[in-house]
Amino acid sequence: MTTATTELKQDLIDYAARLADDTLVLGHRLSEWASKGPFLEEDIALSNVALDYIGRARMYYTYAAELSGNGKTEDDFAYLRDERQFQNHLINELPRGDFGYTIARQLFLDVYHTHYLAALKGSRDETLAAIAAKGIKETRYHLRRSTDWTLRLGDGTAESHQRMQTAIDDLWGYTHEIFEHDELEQRLIEAGIAVDASSFKAQWLADVKAVLEEATLTVPDAEWAVRGGREGYHTENLGHLLTEMQFLHRAYPNSKW
Amino acid sequence: MSLENLELFEVFLRSARGLDHKHVGSLHAVDHEHALEYARDVYTRRSEGVSIWVVKSRDICSSQEDDSDSFFDPSDDKPYRHATYFPLPKEVGNM
Repeated sequence: MTTATTELKQDLIDYAARLADDTLVLGHRLSEWASKGPFLEEDIALSNVALDYIGRARMYYTYAAELSGNGKTEDDFAYLRDERQFQNHLINELPRGDFGYTIARQLFLDVYHTHYLAALKGSRDETLAAIAAKGIKETRYHLRRSTDWTLRLGDGTAESHQRMQTAIDDLWGYTHEIFEHDELEQRLIEAGIAVDASSFKAQWLADVKAVLEEATLTVPDAEWAVRGGREGYHTENLGHLLTEMQFLHRAYPNSKW
Repeated sequence: MSLENLELFEVFLRSARGLDHKHVGSLHAVDHEHALEYARDVYTRRSEGVSIWVVKSRDICSSQEDDSDSFFDPSDDKPYRHATYFPLPKEVGNM
């Protein structure tokens, strides 16, 4: 590790943990569909996607834990931090909603991750670059699924169209903060480690727009925006998610199976 | 969602290059493309395949149990259709 990156070590730990928080929280939300999917095949497919996310979260957390030292593990990050310490973007923690809502969120985030991971693959940090290289293959498949379902539901029945449009309108205000960064990420962007998501916002919008229009859905022009995830300010939903996700580990510390 | 808008597909997997596609099971999906994605999720989670075929189950024309007399029994008394029926000439030796 060079001197420059040693100084950035704490930033790097926080950054890896943030990326992990995004992926773990979304993966957990998707895992809530297990056994509740609309039909068996889709149930399995959604659980697969959830596992891809949770697997990626483990890689990010393990890296953050390694950099932290002191015998820390991925579990310390996932199970022993409280709501304010999680720094995921808010869109990931919103409840799973109906199937249309889950698909709309996946579309937004799959397009986002396609660009994000492609950029992270070029990171000067080799571990993050390797995680991104693996993740991008999964993400291309996720995007194929969410695009496919958006077209089917948007251009489907009156009810499926309405549900998709409602989901898109409800989620839109949460898509702004995912392109913003604070000083911590700015330092890492300058060091060639972190991704500047604002650089592909226009492309994201164009990609999402193309799918929504083909699906006969309307791109919202609402101006409301919700922010705060990276500072640890969350919606009321994250606390409930953590309660369920962390229960076992907190009730039986260090239990193994 | 109920299954009424879905079709049944049969899934065939090729486990390695050079091998044949083998029937592995069936699944429900809206259309072929959809079926291919589900086949990937349901049948190749542990790297079981390098190629997938999906076919609508209703497109498969199959022989019926009742037809087995006329379809298969006539072969039973025609052992000469098997290579093993014919004695090997001495010159060939062991094969």
